[in-house]
Amino acid sequence: MFLTDSDIQAVLLTLRLATVTTLILFLVGTPIAWWLARTRSRWKGPVGAVVALPLVLPPSVLGFYLLVSMGPNGPVGQLTQALGIGLLPFTFWGLVVGSVFYSLPFMVQPVQNAFAAIGERPLEAAATLRASPLDRFFTVALPLSLPGFVTAGILTFAHTVGEFGVVLMIGGNIPGVTRVASVQIYDHVEALAYGDAHRLAAILLVFSFLVLLALYSWRPSQPRL
Amino acid sequence: MPSFRPLRMIAGILACCPLADAAGGEAQIAVASNFTAPMKTIIRMFEADTDHRVRASYGSTGKLYAQIRNGAPFQALLSADQARPQLLEQEGVAIAGSRFTYAIGQLVLWSAAPDAVEDGVELLKHGDFGKVAIANPRLAPYGKASVQTMMALGVKDAIEPKLVMGENIAQTYQFVDTGNAAVGFVALSQVMQDGEIAEGSGWVVPGDLHDPISQDAVILQRGADNPAVADLFDYLRSDQARAVIHDFGYETE
Repeated sequence: MFLTDSDIQAVLLTLRLATVTTLILFLVGTPIAWWLARTRSRWKGPVGAVVALPLVLPPSVLGFYLLVSMGPNGPVGQLTQALGIGLLPFTFWGLVVGSVFYSLPFMVQPVQNAFAAIGERPLEAAATLRASPLDRFFTVALPLSLPGFVTAGILTFAHTVGEFGVVLMIGGNIPGVTRVASVQIYDHVEALAYGDAHRLAAILLVFSFLVLLALYSWRPSQPRL
Repeated sequence: MPSFRPLRMIAGILACCPLADAAGGEAQIAVASNFTAPMKTIIRMFEADTDHRVRASYGSTGKLYAQIRNGAPFQALLSADQARPQLLEQEGVAIAGSRFTYAIGQLVLWSAAPDAVEDGVELLKHGDFGKVAIANPRLAPYGKASVQTMMALGVKDAIEPKLVMGENIAQTYQFVDTGNAAVGFVALSQVMQDGEIAEGSGWVVPGDLHDPISQDAVILQRGADNPAVADLFDYLRSDQARAVIHDFGYETE
């Protein structure tokens, strides 16, 4: 095998982090996207802006705030300590929390657009057939916006795989816990181990290309009512 | 014509920021990030004492090395170690014979909490604490010295599960400063102000517990004929510069 054990460990950890983050964001992002797509509240603008922040903020800013707020003197850190969880930085779940924030817009925005594209008519039609709001969501809105969910899931997963700055700031580079592939590559480059860096970097490059190729070549079959 | 205004604005913006400084006597150098604070002071003094200007880029030595090998316009490197300047010398990128040790780093076991660190040996052997931050020993000389210190004291295996690693000494400091790591091995230069540890509490690691953290500077081929670079290297060896270097918690040869 042309990858070392620690490289493989880093790749597996990266896949685990991306999977967990994507699953959590399906649960967290969907209600936010639904609300953003349908609300007429004046809070729509501010909430939408906050969701989009990770798109423009440098990861160093996000990572720094996460490190400070999850630390022993930060609000999140004091909460997690009071709950008996301990401190989140330097743990796998700390990275998950960071990644959920970092990839939030990649989940919310495609799903929000998909929800908005459905329009009122199918939902109103379902309502006249006495479908409850929950029923309308699961049997009408969800199937109609499935392509949006697929896009969001792929983008979120790929974006988390490509995460670097936030992990660097709150990870502490612990093998098998927080040392993901991007950090491992950075280490190889810094240590002048360019051969090792090339191998791992090439894998990430090919992976990212294939994911995006799948995404852009994929034509969803539009379900119709 | 009103339609020309945006163009004129862009031209104005471009004109106000010339891409290159036309004035002569400029040294463009790369400096290891741990030496940022003293270097800024030294550059200020150097520019006041001479006609030269210095444009410094700060970064990790590994990154600066990669940039130099790939055509970065630096004329000199102030490294965090001896290995990379030596390598540049062997590769013919640096000028043979220009290399010298400009500073020797000191390691300190530091905590952001006052009174947390008194007797470092006692603390490392029997202390009850959370995470211990070190710089990545594969990348940073301070990290390597930290591991050597723990091995010399026979505590490495006991502390290993508590270790978290910063990519460089600045990030290691950040982990400790924010309290996320209870203690950490950082550079004395990071916590020292006016000759004493300014915040928190620390134990300066005796130099015999690890290899000296010698930091070498070297002139690169691009700086071969630049008097500003030669003068800066002379200045780094001067008493004024050495006084600054000592004030920031480094030793010199």
